[in-house]
Amino acid sequence: MPQSAEKVLDHAPLFREPEYRQMLAEKKLNFECPHPDQIVSDQRELTKTWEYREKNLAREALVINPAKACQPLGAVFAAAGFERTMSFVHGSQGCVAYYRSHLSRHFKEPSSAVSSSMTEDAAVFGGLKNMVDGLANTYKLYDPKMIAVSTTCMAEVIGDDLRSFIENAKNEGSVPCDFDVPFAHTPAFVGSHVDGYDGMVKGVLEHFWKGSERSQAAGTINIIPGFDGFCVGNNRELKRLLDLMGVTYTVIQDASDQFDTPSDGEYRMYDGGTKIEDVKGALNAEATLSLQHYNTRKTLEYCNEVGQATASFHYPLGVQATDEFLMKISAISGQEIPETIRMERGRLVDAMADSQSWLHGKKYAIYGDPDFVYGMARFVMETGGEPTHCLATNGTSAWEAQMKELLASSSFGQDAQIWAGKDLWAMRSLLFTEPVDLLIGNSYGKYLERDTGTPLIRLMFPIFDRHHHHRFPLMGYQGGLRVLTTILDKIFDKLDRETSETGVTDYSYDLTR
Amino acid sequence: MGLDYENDGALHAKLIEDVLSQYPDKAAKRRKKHLSVATSKDETGGEDKGLSECDVKSNIKSIPGVMTIRGCAYAGSKGVVWGPVKDMVHISHGPVGCGQYSWSQRRNYYVGTTGIDTFVTMQFTSDFQEKDIVFGGDKKLEKIIDEIEDLFPLSGGISVQSECPIGLIGDDIEAVSRKKAKEHEKTIVPVRCEGFRGVSQSLGHHIANDAIRDWVFDKDDVAFESGPYDVNVVGDYNIGGDAWASRILLEEIGLRVVGNWSGDATLAEIERAPKAKLNLIHCYRSMNYICRHMEEKYGIAWMEYNFFGPSQIEASLRNIAKHFGPEIEEKTEKVIAKYRPLVDAVIAKYQPRLEGRTVMLYVGGLRPRHVITAYEDLGMVIVGTGYEFAHNDDYQRTGHYVKNGTLVYDDVTGYELEKFIEGIRPDLVGSGIKEKYPVQKMGIPFRQMHSWDYSGPYHGYDGFAIFARDMDLAINNPVWGLYRAPWKKTKDVQLRAVAAE
Repeated sequence: MPQSAEKVLDHAPLFREPEYRQMLAEKKLNFECPHPDQIVSDQRELTKTWEYREKNLAREALVINPAKACQPLGAVFAAAGFERTMSFVHGSQGCVAYYRSHLSRHFKEPSSAVSSSMTEDAAVFGGLKNMVDGLANTYKLYDPKMIAVSTTCMAEVIGDDLRSFIENAKNEGSVPCDFDVPFAHTPAFVGSHVDGYDGMVKGVLEHFWKGSERSQAAGTINIIPGFDGFCVGNNRELKRLLDLMGVTYTVIQDASDQFDTPSDGEYRMYDGGTKIEDVKGALNAEATLSLQHYNTRKTLEYCNEVGQATASFHYPLGVQATDEFLMKISAISGQEIPETIRMERGRLVDAMADSQSWLHGKKYAIYGDPDFVYGMARFVMETGGEPTHCLATNGTSAWEAQMKELLASSSFGQDAQIWAGKDLWAMRSLLFTEPVDLLIGNSYGKYLERDTGTPLIRLMFPIFDRHHHHRFPLMGYQGGLRVLTTILDKIFDKLDRETSETGVTDYSYDLTR
Repeated sequence: MGLDYENDGALHAKLIEDVLSQYPDKAAKRRKKHLSVATSKDETGGEDKGLSECDVKSNIKSIPGVMTIRGCAYAGSKGVVWGPVKDMVHISHGPVGCGQYSWSQRRNYYVGTTGIDTFVTMQFTSDFQEKDIVFGGDKKLEKIIDEIEDLFPLSGGISVQSECPIGLIGDDIEAVSRKKAKEHEKTIVPVRCEGFRGVSQSLGHHIANDAIRDWVFDKDDVAFESGPYDVNVVGDYNIGGDAWASRILLEEIGLRVVGNWSGDATLAEIERAPKAKLNLIHCYRSMNYICRHMEEKYGIAWMEYNFFGPSQIEASLRNIAKHFGPEIEEKTEKVIAKYRPLVDAVIAKYQPRLEGRTVMLYVGGLRPRHVITAYEDLGMVIVGTGYEFAHNDDYQRTGHYVKNGTLVYDDVTGYELEKFIEGIRPDLVGSGIKEKYPVQKMGIPFRQMHSWDYSGPYHGYDGFAIFARDMDLAINNPVWGLYRAPWKKTKDVQLRAVAAE
């Protein structure tokens, strides 16, 4: 009997015990009707070939292991970045359970959102009644300052119109007429979560800005972070830098506190977020900057329309992207970049110089949201690395063009390939046929790591199987240090593992590296 | 069986009254039917002494805007019933999200070569775009099936798991499945589990069961030599290896498990099922339908059992053995005796650390009753329990488990659950990922009871040891004693200092 009270074995060791191994072997043999081992291993080998890669990349309809989610997830994340805001997703209720679970599993935090719980009858008659009752219940039970409404694909397919539904609900007294209910249509069959983010942020801004008179406050800046699993660490680091510079700014959509509430005995359903007063005031900013261009295309267009200057970045990481970001801030605000920040920059460059021999020439596969892949590839090239495969399932042709330009700008990008719209099963073929040293992505990459042996570095949402990384910044020079260290740790751990066999590799297992 | 205790029914009635007072009238009226305090049947004139009555309405539409914890029919079919069938490719048919959020999240353990002959932890989606909504997705589905055949020739079959739009745009996935099944000579199962159908995951289970009946059974000649002790284990999804910790016991008492539904299952195990002698059903809620069908059509008896905690394991093993007669009964007694020292040692070690600790549960359709005795085996007390998607027959069965005064909540809302937990302040809450972090912020220990909080198995004797260890480590971790900053004098936060002991 493998189990005992003294040393309780859970699944990981338990099923490795002989009793279970035998049981599973017999189950397979007698009851599963498996393919012969040879056929399985032949097929496995076949999937590593160029021949399979070509078929795999030629897929036209089937998507396998995509690195993207659907629009309403982005909308729910976006809403979490505003003061006391409850997400209300109009449509089927199961979707909302999924968004909440998804966000909770990454942040290890509560994630609140409600659904209008539409079922078959609403599919026939429309979901107006669900909206009317739902808003009333949410308003009464959860005491929000604002309810941000988005849609599941069910509501989109049947064509429910949020503007008129919300108006109707207000007329019926579900919420007071002056209560803030911004909204965004977020069809899951268009774009991805980054577009849902865009739609909801734009929806909030339009709600508060429309009809208001803009009086430009020179030198003030709005910053929109975009959908960012590292918002907790990143937003706080950005605010620290901006405070050091003495800039007057508003972070529009700041979920850093909402997804990092303290444990002190009180459950805070709402915490932090951009204050509604600040959203209103943000209309007057001279400029709005987006940290993730592909998360804010429509939002920035709108900011432009109201008369603001706009600029966007691609998840600025590392030295030059941070330089550019800070210089832009400096140019708009008229504030100098202080010496302390120059010291921080110097320390990042110092660290990169210290470690350059370990990083130079390393090959990378990078996947994730379009802006992240851009920012990461750029940083990798700064360290002398080569971004061999750059993949964004939700990357567009415009993204592809921008990536091309970036990669052409450095000799380290000459051999790089860009994979817009491809998924992680495609990446599997790429890694087998054109291997790299390191894979940068999210938790889903662990299957690629297992299959291909490429070490995975988790730097992108979602990260389910490692804890707390998102609490530390990747952006800014300080964040750069963290990205650098994370990559180096992976390289050194691998080297140690590969040289740790006594009697075989007593050499190369160096104490100092 | 179990401990003898009563719960504070008066407090619980007051808590119900308090939460209802916060709803708009219309919603309060509807929610009232789902909340109650269990009462002894002898008080209500029932005959079964010692049983309780859990008189709540269930399996009714959730109220909009209240933060129901429920999921949808797709979750019930793809997530629960079909997803674990390991040698099939399950297409999440529709937009990308549903498949993405449910990808690898239920911990249905299996052995196999993932991506080659096994596909459980992969996400296959038709990734619907606007043009598919406008022009229909049947052509795309055909192409997807061809591509699967080309890239994954060792797959045993395919299921098509419908997401919301499929039923709304009028696609004919049945016709596509029929056509392609013929062409590729493979089992292809269309499942109409669109998320807007029904009121919860539950209808998805039912639809998934019906799909087995209609699209798997009697389709192929199954060559299999049956034996006298052949059983199917039905409704064990092998979460954290539960089905394996159960199978080992059933084999030890002399039975032959010829199919496990659906954790770690191959399609062959499902096709073969009508040849077994008995269906042993673990999750009654999600798979009773197909057991009833097999009883009617093939004359296979079915029996519910419970492998959580030694009291229920022993009772269930004996009950199962009785069906097969003296030879199996004798072996069963030997198996029970063999594991007795392990049980005694686990209880001796953990009971002193857990005795009298109170527990609130809120899970899916089975565990809110099934795990109760396992807690009681450790001396713990269940003060409240409820289901996301139970039906009336589940609440009737719950009466066999809960004590007088227990708070019962059906399709609880986020608001209600928070207020109930605040009012009762149990020593442990067992629920899901969405509930975990709010509860822990309050300073109350928590275990996920869907995923076993990344631990498990919890079934069987081997699982009971892990269950006991996990409840102990949740409750007796020192972190719960660190919540209050020592310089903060005000008692605005009510905290227990449990852990320091």
